Amino acid sequence: MRTSSLSISGVNRVRNVSRAEWGDRLFVIGGKVLLLISLAIALLLPLLAIFWRGFSEDAGQGGGLAAARDLLSSDNFHWLLGNSLRVSFSVAFIVVPLAYLFAYALQRTLIPAKGLWRGISLLPLLAPSMLPAIALIYLFGNQGLLRSLLTDNIYGFWGIVIGEVIYTFPHALMILLSALSLTDARLFDAASSMGASPWRSFHSITWPATRQAVFAAFCLVFTLTITDFGVPVVVGGDYQVLAIEAYKAVVGQQQFGRGALIGMVLLVPALLSFGVDAWLRRRQSASMSGRAQIFQPEPSKWRDGCYLLVVMLICACLLAVLGMAVFSSLVKFWPYNLSLSLKHYLFNETAGGGWLAYRNSLVLATCSAVIGSILIFTGAYLMEKTRGQTGLNLALRMLTFIPMAVPGLVLGLGYVFFFNLPENPLHSLYGSMALLVICTVAHYLTTAHMTATTALRQLDSEFEAAALSLKAPLYRHYLRVTLPICLPALLDIIRYLFVSAMTTVSAAIFLYSPDSILAAVAVLNMDDAGNVGGAAAMSTLILFTSAGVSLLLAWVSRGLLRRSQAWRQTAPSH
Amino acid sequence: MLRSTPTKQASPGVRVQVAGMHKSFGAFKALDDVSLEISPGELVCLLGPSGCGKTTLLRCIAGLERQNHGAIFMGSRDVSILAPQARDYGIVFQSYALFPNLSVEQNIGYGLAGSARDIVRRRVADMLDLVGLTGSEKKFPGQLSGGQQQRVALARALAPAPSLLLLDEPMSALDAQVREHLCTELRTLQQRLGITTLMVTHNQEEAMLMADRIAVMNEGRIEQYATPQSIYENPETPFVANFVGQGNWLSFEANGNSHAQVGALQLRLADTVPNRASGRLFCRPESICVNPVQSEENLFAAQMREVTFLGNRCRMSFEFDNLPGQPLTAEISARHLPSLGTAHIKVALPPHSLQVFT
Repeated sequence: MRTSSLSISGVNRVRNVSRAEWGDRLFVIGGKVLLLISLAIALLLPLLAIFWRGFSEDAGQGGGLAAARDLLSSDNFHWLLGNSLRVSFSVAFIVVPLAYLFAYALQRTLIPAKGLWRGISLLPLLAPSMLPAIALIYLFGNQGLLRSLLTDNIYGFWGIVIGEVIYTFPHALMILLSALSLTDARLFDAASSMGASPWRSFHSITWPATRQAVFAAFCLVFTLTITDFGVPVVVGGDYQVLAIEAYKAVVGQQQFGRGALIGMVLLVPALLSFGVDAWLRRRQSASMSGRAQIFQPEPSKWRDGCYLLVVMLICACLLAVLGMAVFSSLVKFWPYNLSLSLKHYLFNETAGGGWLAYRNSLVLATCSAVIGSILIFTGAYLMEKTRGQTGLNLALRMLTFIPMAVPGLVLGLGYVFFFNLPENPLHSLYGSMALLVICTVAHYLTTAHMTATTALRQLDSEFEAAALSLKAPLYRHYLRVTLPICLPALLDIIRYLFVSAMTTVSAAIFLYSPDSILAAVAVLNMDDAGNVGGAAAMSTLILFTSAGVSLLLAWVSRGLLRRSQAWRQTAPSH
Repeated sequence: MLRSTPTKQASPGVRVQVAGMHKSFGAFKALDDVSLEISPGELVCLLGPSGCGKTTLLRCIAGLERQNHGAIFMGSRDVSILAPQARDYGIVFQSYALFPNLSVEQNIGYGLAGSARDIVRRRVADMLDLVGLTGSEKKFPGQLSGGQQQRVALARALAPAPSLLLLDEPMSALDAQVREHLCTELRTLQQRLGITTLMVTHNQEEAMLMADRIAVMNEGRIEQYATPQSIYENPETPFVANFVGQGNWLSFEANGNSHAQVGALQLRLADTVPNRASGRLFCRPESICVNPVQSEENLFAAQMREVTFLGNRCRMSFEFDNLPGQPLTAEISARHLPSLGTAHIKVALPPHSLQVFT
């Protein structure tokens, strides 16, 4: 009978198998080695360069141990450090409670229009950190709309704090939202059956489950603030902070050693919080079992009303600030002629980079998003789903977590020190768009990698084994099964990298050349040149570009989900 | 549901030999010198509690784990260190691991890449026919019931005509009701194809129902490798006796040639036991005779304690008058229950039902 069709020629199969085997070996081991080399060049060596720069005693560089001692004992440094710490602690103490309330309202109450509030609250992510600062100038600056409300000038401590609060709020919110989304309804049922009050339930169930996230949010906000210089540059006035000092030392005075020393100081809080966070994480065992039931809040008029008020207030503040920036960019001549015009968007007539900067930013964001997402997702796949190469996997895993602990400013410094060396064969990359892409991907690696890892871990761990037993090469399985299933996560990574690349300034500020100037850098330059209207216009453009691309990707993702609905639905029970 | 199609396996079952397998995970010994031989076309079950090493052994044979020592032969081919792709087997996982974004047809054809399209189509149709799912070609795994998913997984594993079939707890994701039915079906199919099959399970009923031979595993070793019947009737180790089915244990000391002293009771044994030896006697509940009609050996007075009704039969616990504090269990048919009358009963432990472990 049909024997001939059933036996797939043995000889042929053996040859195919060995070719598939070699293809896989190339895919797995080659991919991992390539990844390791890339991470070494893009992360490890630049970071080591900071220490090398900081401790080398080259004349005129401001580095070395003696210089370090001088720096650390100087009054100026103490003043800068004090300012940075004051600002960062204030911001963290303001943002984290507000974000907790906001996240709690979204996850544990029944307020209406949650999607709207969530969308508004995440808007600051789409703009560079300078944007809220610029808006503050228009609101409370010397010629500000609401200047009369303040007795003092906005420039200085409070300007920085408010700007950073708005800038860091969505970052803290995202951590707390995900922490509050995980809960087991059965615990609350048990608590209320034992007569626990809502406050007691919160104290004994919600708080223990989320306090680690609160700490993580606190650390993140602190680190973001202490290393950000977008806000202080615009609205800091005479109130100087360490981040600006590092920037001035490297870009202004070419004192690489001094910049490296300050970079190392700025690395301390990030490393410290990273270490403590990792330690806490290990102590807190997973509290969610597979059988956990989803928590459904009970309606409560009084509680929901209060939370709605809080949420609306916060959203109103955010919208007011962001709206102010958009509005001011359209005003003809602040504050004398408030009629609307697109004058500030004629970037080519002003200095600072203009449309070239915007185009460059689009190129950077697109390249970072496309190249970065492919590299990161494939890397995560190789690390998660292939056996063997234990040592290599461990090294890769450790390297992918470094960027989380390294602020963009410090990474940028490392890139300057490493790629600006004339002896470095990669020196020619310095100032090029390629290096900006590499730096951006490296900077935002950890979050993107974690998104990919989470998506991959949701897949059946036997998929690869099944594919191998069917003699299918792994790379084919990756393209045919893994990627299609994980497409929503991949789009998420693309969106994250695109938006981050559009808005980032911290690392890029050290790496651009006149040809590769970026939009966010142009914002800084225009603001520096006194063209605040132009800066507002460019910030607005970035905001709308990020928002537009995010919406586009969300739309594509939804379309994909709808098309794949046939197989994404869950199985009928029998 | 399984139609008797003329489909046959192109490559008949292969002999599988596993010799001296060792596998450790850190300090934990998952496999400790395991050897096993599976005849062509035979269905062998690896049975044991969780952590006994049965899944590890299966994964080593599949090439998904690498053993520390030991060799694996498929036919005359040494596959010990070959990659999974080079070993020529099909596998059905506990989760089935069907690719959710591929249709039933694409799933089954997944291992046929490289063949001409019409050959693949015909093979997929044959396979669907074989497992009784013709007409489901365009469906996705998520649209199928658990039992149907299992059939697709089986069809996918068999499509490239492997010479060995590996089944990793294939029934455990299914409801008890469909389980027995699918066991029988799978067994029928396997016998018709004549494909050598190794199945891992922790469920002894499944193993009894399906296997030609069962390898009972414990702590990384094979305790006994024999037919289901002899595993049940002649367990070679206390572990096997305990793990498979129910049983009673009595400590004894040998007393004369074929007599055992258990407390105040003297029992005659079927086997001869060296004098002065001591150990334990093992006895299945259903081989105990309660109130026998004819006179039996080893007949003693006892008190009935508790009766549990199990439908067609009853489980009764009792104590011998001369052996207080040592409750034993007997199984009797439910019809027999009313005839027992009072709690005072006579119980016989027939010599051939007493197995000696020293």
